[in-house]
Amino acid sequence: MSVTEQGLLERDKDTMTLNMGPQHPSTHGVFRVILEMDGEVVKTAEPEIGYLHTGIEKNCENKRYVHVIPMTDRLDYLNPPGNNLAFCLSTEKLLGIEIPERANALRVIMCELSRIASHLVWLGTHALDIGAMTVFLYCWREREMILDLNEEVSGVRMMTSYIRVGGVAKDATRPWLDGIRDFLDYFPAKVDEYERLLTRNPIWLDRTEGIGVFTREEAINWSLSGPALRASGVNWDIRKSQPYSGYDNYSFDVPIQTNGDIYDRYRVRVEEMRQSRAIIKQAMERLPGGDYKTPDNKVSLPARETLHTSMEALIHHFKLVSEGISVPKGETYVPIEGARGEVGFYIVSDGTNVPYRVKLRAPSFMAIPGMCKAMEGCYIADVVGIIGSIDIVMGEVDR
Amino acid sequence: MDWITEILNVTWNFIVLFLNENIPLVVGSVKAVIIAVAIMSVVPALVWLERRLMGRFQVRLGPNRVGPFGLGQPMADTVKLLFKESIIQSSADKFLFHLAPAVVVITAIAAFAVIPFGEPFEVFGQTIEMWGANVNSGILFVFAISGMGIYGMVLAGLSSNNKYSLMGGLRSSAQMISYELTLGLSALSIILLTGSLSLVDMVRAQETYPFILVQPLAFLLFFIAGIAETNRAPFDLPEAEQELVAGFHTEYTGMKFAMFFMGEYINMVTMSALVTLLFLGGWNAYGLPVWPIVSFAVKVFFLLCVFIWLRSTFPRIRYDRLMTFGWKILLPLCLLNLMVTSTVKVIWFP
Repeated sequence: MSVTEQGLLERDKDTMTLNMGPQHPSTHGVFRVILEMDGEVVKTAEPEIGYLHTGIEKNCENKRYVHVIPMTDRLDYLNPPGNNLAFCLSTEKLLGIEIPERANALRVIMCELSRIASHLVWLGTHALDIGAMTVFLYCWREREMILDLNEEVSGVRMMTSYIRVGGVAKDATRPWLDGIRDFLDYFPAKVDEYERLLTRNPIWLDRTEGIGVFTREEAINWSLSGPALRASGVNWDIRKSQPYSGYDNYSFDVPIQTNGDIYDRYRVRVEEMRQSRAIIKQAMERLPGGDYKTPDNKVSLPARETLHTSMEALIHHFKLVSEGISVPKGETYVPIEGARGEVGFYIVSDGTNVPYRVKLRAPSFMAIPGMCKAMEGCYIADVVGIIGSIDIVMGEVDR
Repeated sequence: MDWITEILNVTWNFIVLFLNENIPLVVGSVKAVIIAVAIMSVVPALVWLERRLMGRFQVRLGPNRVGPFGLGQPMADTVKLLFKESIIQSSADKFLFHLAPAVVVITAIAAFAVIPFGEPFEVFGQTIEMWGANVNSGILFVFAISGMGIYGMVLAGLSSNNKYSLMGGLRSSAQMISYELTLGLSALSIILLTGSLSLVDMVRAQETYPFILVQPLAFLLFFIAGIAETNRAPFDLPEAEQELVAGFHTEYTGMKFAMFFMGEYINMVTMSALVTLLFLGGWNAYGLPVWPIVSFAVKVFFLLCVFIWLRSTFPRIRYDRLMTFGWKILLPLCLLNLMVTSTVKVIWFP
């Protein structure tokens, strides 16, 4: 259809079709939404996804279990350890192995650090969408410290692949632990700083209160999860309800708000950053000694020095490197509480070293229909606010 | 060859005669050129200042690579913009598309013509006035001209044939209508106090004390409306990049884009100068041993820094709230202020 024809078609309508994305600055990646506008007010919103399709799920069917882990990093690229953990937990359940205490504590530290980093990116970009530019750079300053910590322990800043089947990739280093301690002391004042800039700011309140509301029922029916669900008054945190990696040993609060608007989602996430800090602090205080990965040599590589003395170690090493982990036949799903909500890999194994089918339950993907429903009747300025407050990551939507 | 000498002589005599008869015209032209060049060269400096200050506010450095303290950065940017290809999409209205940035810049510079920045002084027996033109309705002239500047934005939005641009243009016209009113009404209380529309008279009326002391509310309202009028954050709705990509100038590239930019910054300076003249006593230094022009410049500079400070602090207000704020809060306050001012004036200072 030519431009003129399109114009003729649109002339008789009372509304205007506005295409937002995939190259729009505030659709958080390549999300596209087709808005039917009446002046500045949105009548209908139709989501369009698939611009970041990477084929990761399909690709997993041709990769060994160990090789899948780096790909899970690239799904929700703001919270890679969460995805690693979700995949490893499902695999470990099929394998039926126990994870050492130290590995669990390291996993918790890594996941909570990454939850803070993810929420910082969310807060920064969300505030930027609403026009508060300075908060964005403040958040980036603190996220930088977490990325440096990631680099220290795993060698990579974002796509860490630190959590592996059977434990973690490397043991904690002294500078890493010291760095985390410094960060924990430094961070609370900074959260207060963001709150000073936003929480009682009249313009911020004006832009967030009573907008993009999900009632308790709506939030459940639209299958929201994570902070967005808790902002609607549903007390549902998988760390509490189905504890994994020893989360039941930590004492922390699950922040709940009741209105389910943008402001409440903001309050929940900001409080979650404080709670994550508390969890890391507890994990650091009681970081147990021992192995950082399972001693089962059918899953994790034997120590390098044993290769020269132990025949068995050499065989295990050879089998693991050349063949990978063989996972018993079965299917399983272990959910975790990611930064955006419930993340989990449904894995079907046919008993070989390659998964038969991997299916990701991605919170961003599940939230998109409800998010677009919430846009209807809002102003165009609220559309970017709603997208920001649900905090979608297109990597895990399109996979 | 006599006839050539004859012609030259006649021409020369004519020029000398013309210049002798029309000294004000010559002085006026020279002043016009100086003011136009000065105001246009303030823009790069202001862009640099804004980027550096914003950098400090936002825990980063800002431009610091080109020249000392990054002072060369605006020049480098200008050169880049000049050499950029000017792309016009095929469905745009070409004439209006070219006209729009010109309207914005021309009106912005023209508005500055009546801004005075010092008392007149004598040189070679000639009185040199420190303003481009002392129009006796100076403030009305500024409002009229800066109101015309909005046409540039509306035209840009209309001619681009882009829905985001269109919405930006519509927003700017709506914003102009609601905030021009506040701007005018809050200035009206100053006009009541001085009994003159001339900006020079207003400054002279503030020789003992600046009007901000007697009209704090009018100052606040005028400044808020001024920010909205110049489309600066938190009222930068016509170009809200997170909603409308870049608003009315989405489709513009190269120097035409830079002209919108220039217009915005010149308007910022004009608005700061206007606030200084109306409320902060213009070039009056109140006993401080500084030149009048320095006193004026310092006040304008301070206000410009406030503009930048506000930008880095506040989120953007929403379109409907902007309208509500303008019509339901600012305007009634303005009228109230005006009523009180006129009552006090009539009863106690008739």
